[in-house]
Amino acid sequence: MKPLLPIALALTLATPAFAQNECAAGKTLHEGRLTIATGNPAFYPWVLDDKPQSGQGFEAAVAYAVAAKMGFEPDTVDWTRSSFDQAIQPGEKDFDFNLQQFSITPEREEVVDFSIPYYSSAMAVLTTKSVVDGGATPTLDSLKGLIWGADANTTAVKMLADLIAPEAGPMLYNDNVDVTAAMQAGQIDAALFDLPTALYLSAVVVPDGAILGQFPADRTETPDQFGLLMVNDSPLKPCVDAALQELIDAGTLAAIEKEWLEEATGVPVIE
Amino acid sequence: MPTRRELYDRAQRRRANLIATLSTGAVLLALVLLVPRAPGWEAVQRAFFNAEIFARTFPGLLQAFVLDVAIFAWCAPLIAVLSLALAIARDLRAPAFTPLRLAATAFIDVFRGLPVILVIYLVGFGIPGLGLPRPWNSPYLWGSLSLILVYAAYTAEVIRSGIDSIHTSQRAAALSLGLSEADTMRYVILPQAIRRVIPANMNLFIALQKDVALLSFIGPVEIFRQAGVYKSLMANFTPYVGAALIFLVITIPATRYADYLMARRKHD
Repeated sequence: MKPLLPIALALTLATPAFAQNECAAGKTLHEGRLTIATGNPAFYPWVLDDKPQSGQGFEAAVAYAVAAKMGFEPDTVDWTRSSFDQAIQPGEKDFDFNLQQFSITPEREEVVDFSIPYYSSAMAVLTTKSVVDGGATPTLDSLKGLIWGADANTTAVKMLADLIAPEAGPMLYNDNVDVTAAMQAGQIDAALFDLPTALYLSAVVVPDGAILGQFPADRTETPDQFGLLMVNDSPLKPCVDAALQELIDAGTLAAIEKEWLEEATGVPVIE
Repeated sequence: MPTRRELYDRAQRRRANLIATLSTGAVLLALVLLVPRAPGWEAVQRAFFNAEIFARTFPGLLQAFVLDVAIFAWCAPLIAVLSLALAIARDLRAPAFTPLRLAATAFIDVFRGLPVILVIYLVGFGIPGLGLPRPWNSPYLWGSLSLILVYAAYTAEVIRSGIDSIHTSQRAAALSLGLSEADTMRYVILPQAIRRVIPANMNLFIALQKDVALLSFIGPVEIFRQAGVYKSLMANFTPYVGAALIFLVITIPATRYADYLMARRKHD
């Protein structure tokens, strides 16, 4: 795979933005079209209003930017939906790449391909004002004593064990909505999410939600990086990586991130 | 010295056994030989039957299964008590008991008509949402109650079918001997009715063993959820296969036992 990368890079750089790119030609699911998958539903702020076609939201915008670099105009991009299980199960895929905050892990990389990371996420502690009033503070000692919840399909489960190691075993749920339901029912004190999701949930979903603190994105232990997911040994991977690298080098990716993901400088860092 | 008849029967049995062995062997052989030839077999094997992941996750799964057994253990007796009360309430004949009979009927209609998972969600998140303090908002408590409500409704109907199967002449005979309504139920009807419905109830209890896993939807990390976590972290479905095996070790003997009870009833 390695020697392909410079060639792909050179090709992408050499062609104008929307010309059918040599690299991706004949490697997509449907000739001349790019099929991109996201979650069902896709959540704010990754995709706005569950409408990825609009290009609104961080991941929707990233998807179109990558597509453009690969030589696909917006009207040649098709969207489909997939669950986590559909994305990792063996066999044919019905997408060229899939983005729904898939964290890159070595274990996952054995069954599917990931692009280079397009986002490094801080992990944040979502809780409620009443828990904060009850004396919870952004210190590990205080966090260990809380009752924790998390989305069972996310790497937050492992990070909870690695970063915090709470005294009581965490409660796990199917999705964000169930985690917040349990929080409102007082069954859990706190939950671990990537920062953008936590900010959204605390502002919009949980009535007296609060962000207690964050583990910054550039932490050395257990970093959480999102990648575009592709079928194992995908021929498209060099093209996708080249396109992303180009967006990173040109500062486009940083600009998209700035546009859609609020910078959360006010959130205290957990030591 | 066996008779000619016995010798003939023995030969017939031997022949039948031979054919059964051969046909079973042929099917197994076909499976073993043909399945790995499917084009996706290698990928499926890696994703579902990964020995290394199986070994790594199995102890954790076994540990999580203890919670399933515990939930089952405290639900089953409560279901038995509540369902018996419901079945008797539905059978009350005195006019004064009409409200009780109607309430029991309504309860059974509602909880038998709802999917278990829906009840678990509504009761498990809804009632604690009213603002109950800990530990009274525990998902273990309300999740278990959901299972108890639904399964008691089913079991009550099975018990009632047992009660209805006892001929009315027995009730009339007991009353004419001077037994009260309550004593008739206690000493004449129920002992026969319950014995008759044991096999049917065994089936419900096997179903309960599996539905315990539904409690994972509202938080408890039992075996199904633990397998899901492993699946998500390792991007591999083998932990589900491990969980399935653990369930089978419990449910297959229970199923066989239910079959045995049913077979024994046939000879009564």
